[in-house]
Amino acid sequence: MMAFLFGLIHTGLVLAAAPLVTGIVRLTKARLQGRRGASVVQPYRDLWRLLQKESVIAESASWLFRIAPYLIFVAVWLAATIMPTFTTDMILTPAADLIALVALLGTARFFTALAGLDAGTAFGGLGSSREMFIASIGEPAMLMVIFSLSLLTHTTSPAHMVAYVLGGHIGIEVSAGLALAAMVMVAIAENGRIPIDNPTTHLELTMIHEAMVLEYSGRHLALLEAAGMVRLLLFMSIISCLFFPWGIAGADSGLTDVVVGLLAWAGKVGFMAVVLGYFESMLAKMRVFLIADFLGGALLLALLATIFLYVSEAV
Amino acid sequence: MIIGTALAGFLVLGLSAILFYRFSHVHELIYAGCLLVTALLVGDGLWHIVQSGQEEIPALILPFGLPWLHAHFRLDSLSAFFLVAINFPAALASLFGIGYGGHVPHSSRVTPLFPLFLFGMNGVLIADDAFVFLVSWEFMSLSSWLLVLSDHTNAEARRAAMVYLVMAVFGTFCLLPAFGLLAGPEGAYSFAAMRTAHLSPVAGALVVLLALMGAGSKAGLVPLHVWLPLAHPAAPSHVSALMSGVMTKVAIYGLIRILYDLRSDVGWQWGFVLMVLGAIAAALGVLYALMQRDLKTLLAYSTVENVGIIFIALGLALAFRDHGEIALSALSMVAALYHVVNHALFKSLLFLGSGAILQATGERNLDKLGGLLNRMPVTGFTFLIGACAISALPPLNGFVSEWLVFQSLFKGPTVAHWAMRFGVPVVGVAMALAAAFAATCFVRAFGIAFLGRPRSPQAQNAREVPLSMQIAMAIPAFLCLFLGVFPVMVTTGIATVVEPLVRVKLPAAVLGWPWLSPVSLTAGSYSATMVLLTGIGLMITTLLVVHHFGTRKIRRAPAWDCGHREDIVNAQYSADSFSQPLRRVFGSVVFRAREEVEMPPPGALTPARFRLSMIDPVWDGLYVNIVRVVDAIADRVNFLQFLTVRRYLLMMFLTLVLLLLVVAVRQQ
Repeated sequence: MMAFLFGLIHTGLVLAAAPLVTGIVRLTKARLQGRRGASVVQPYRDLWRLLQKESVIAESASWLFRIAPYLIFVAVWLAATIMPTFTTDMILTPAADLIALVALLGTARFFTALAGLDAGTAFGGLGSSREMFIASIGEPAMLMVIFSLSLLTHTTSPAHMVAYVLGGHIGIEVSAGLALAAMVMVAIAENGRIPIDNPTTHLELTMIHEAMVLEYSGRHLALLEAAGMVRLLLFMSIISCLFFPWGIAGADSGLTDVVVGLLAWAGKVGFMAVVLGYFESMLAKMRVFLIADFLGGALLLALLATIFLYVSEAV
Repeated sequence: MIIGTALAGFLVLGLSAILFYRFSHVHELIYAGCLLVTALLVGDGLWHIVQSGQEEIPALILPFGLPWLHAHFRLDSLSAFFLVAINFPAALASLFGIGYGGHVPHSSRVTPLFPLFLFGMNGVLIADDAFVFLVSWEFMSLSSWLLVLSDHTNAEARRAAMVYLVMAVFGTFCLLPAFGLLAGPEGAYSFAAMRTAHLSPVAGALVVLLALMGAGSKAGLVPLHVWLPLAHPAAPSHVSALMSGVMTKVAIYGLIRILYDLRSDVGWQWGFVLMVLGAIAAALGVLYALMQRDLKTLLAYSTVENVGIIFIALGLALAFRDHGEIALSALSMVAALYHVVNHALFKSLLFLGSGAILQATGERNLDKLGGLLNRMPVTGFTFLIGACAISALPPLNGFVSEWLVFQSLFKGPTVAHWAMRFGVPVVGVAMALAAAFAATCFVRAFGIAFLGRPRSPQAQNAREVPLSMQIAMAIPAFLCLFLGVFPVMVTTGIATVVEPLVRVKLPAAVLGWPWLSPVSLTAGSYSATMVLLTGIGLMITTLLVVHHFGTRKIRRAPAWDCGHREDIVNAQYSADSFSQPLRRVFGSVVFRAREEVEMPPPGALTPARFRLSMIDPVWDGLYVNIVRVVDAIADRVNFLQFLTVRRYLLMMFLTLVLLLLVVAVRQQ
């Protein structure tokens, strides 16, 4: 019963908190750039405004163009629902492990890329092509991170990973450090953050994600923007759950544990949002073909993470 | 009994197609007959799987075949499983053929061979001795070769048929001595005798190697895959579906039969070899597919990838079995066979879809298509389902089998040997890359062919295909969803099939029916049903919220495109431009892809040109050299054709002496 309740609360909470996280990142960047910046609740207002606007659809677009935003949003929201954040005692947590989580994000990406191609414009194709290119290296890197973590904890289920780590079964591991580095690199790429992609660009030959959703407007754009915000929060939750699980309430824990879990999650995500804003202000965007080196590095780090497990064992 | 009738039915259908080729509706009737017979075989196979384990199925012995050996037939659970996995897509291809078969070029050359091809494939499955197996295998090869050659006025088809014939002969050339070694010096050609035979380690290793080459060349393992992307597209599309979705599975059946059933002591090293070969095929196959402009060639290369994934799982099963991890071995085997079913389904679906496109537009080139989703809604929707399934997107079936393969791969390092411990992560990288590339490949295939604006007048005027063809595509599309949402049902069925091979039954559902949790309670679980139900719930919530709080107004307008409005359809991304980033990163190494841009000087009126050149590393690096060596040797021994009779007699005499010497030495 509690599992069902927590699951329901969590489903609403990830959606409600996602624009706030984006707001914090934007405010941090604005302050670092010497601007006052918009309030942290500005993303909520943006979404509301987009919902009220009529949607303009290209004449050449098919029905896929209209259903894609819903599919993308639901796939990302579903992934965020499954990933434990403040408690592992949720009804849906066993429904998908980390491999399924990667695949759910893959589904969202698949339809975003198709939507980019649908109107038959040059920019849309450009975005789709580059997005799939990035994913072609980023997704394997993430799967290898999961591989190394599953070797460490003997499971691919995030809830059991948390329980294993909190049970004190592993100390400081070189592999976990390498996997964390790889995971952060993948998270940056998957969310289209600097230095891979610039989320604030709207008319550049270098844009990737924004190029795909260029034709969208109104409520469809609102859904895509919301999906992007939930995805950012999801990746922060993944990193905090897999690498810094301290504070997460386990199964059969009392209400205080859950409140502690909530506060810990809020603290971790808030910290990561500020750090993300800080680094985004410090770094410049990289050339498209340097992304292959960046993500290739992530893939190699993740592979090293698995191999180091046995090297350290053999020595 | 049913199977015997069915096989006879195939022969009768083939013959009547030849005899009555002048009658109208002969194509429709023959394909309808094939549909009936294959449906019968599917039912029979399913019944056997349900019944299996109750009783030992006796072998049926018929008095024909070699003079000293009767023909043996037997249907065990493995054969029954493949009977279903093969005849179901065959039934779909037959259904598709009812509307399609009469429109292909040289259709009266295709229709008689179609049932004969099915006859050969089914014969391989129920064979219980080497003779029947090899004869059926050759029947399958030759009938499919003739089907490839059906469009004989086309030079490309002739070249494809030539390459295919050589590779098919090579495959049988490997399988023949493999069975010879298995049979031992007494010539015990029945499978029952082979199971109990004891081979020396060298002979055992040779059998595995030869079987791997023989079945691998049919299945499309790199580097023996070269015929596949030539021959599969050359045949009419419903036959391509059979060759790509089904015949490769017959090859995998042959390999499983030899490696897991006839030989029960294959070492883990071979598992490692299988796994590495599978990883190479998976990664290279999909990389090739990404570079193709021709839709059917792309699909054929994607078959190489999927066969690679199946081989990874098969190799893991061998390695686990040899190290006593029989539960994990069962898991890998279930993963492999699940992928066999899935690939048979969605590859048939995609090839049938390409056939529908071909019939509607006459084009296979992606760069001539576009905008078909609005013009062919059913074909487009079913193709989209197939593309999602092959890209392993949940909740469709492709994801379940890839999930199972990943789960068993992640357990690979439990085999405590350094080769497996360091090899499995590398194979994991290849497998993960293949999975990600496949998604890119099918975004490209579907996006360029069905989305955007039409790139040619043919695509502009495309019309939806007849109803029977639509149904033939809708059924596998539905099953892709069904097998994805109820995976435990399938894994339970497959677990009974692989039980005799791995000697353990996979504990099917630890957590209850919707939860797939194969290894243990805590090792990770997936429930497609829950994912789908929750997804539907969230979708309804989203729709309600958006439509309640937002406006529902929609306006149609010209595409915005940052204000760069372009009426030229070629300004859209094409198949080549879509894969350009991956081509630059991976293709420049593997395919030595070079791009040249020729810009005219300012003011000149000549158009700018873009040239793309790529090589096929396997063909140019391996096969061209083999041909060169064979040619050189042929040149050297050419003089043997122009000797006098006296010299020929002398040579025969010397050969005879030599052979007698060999016999004499061996008698010692």
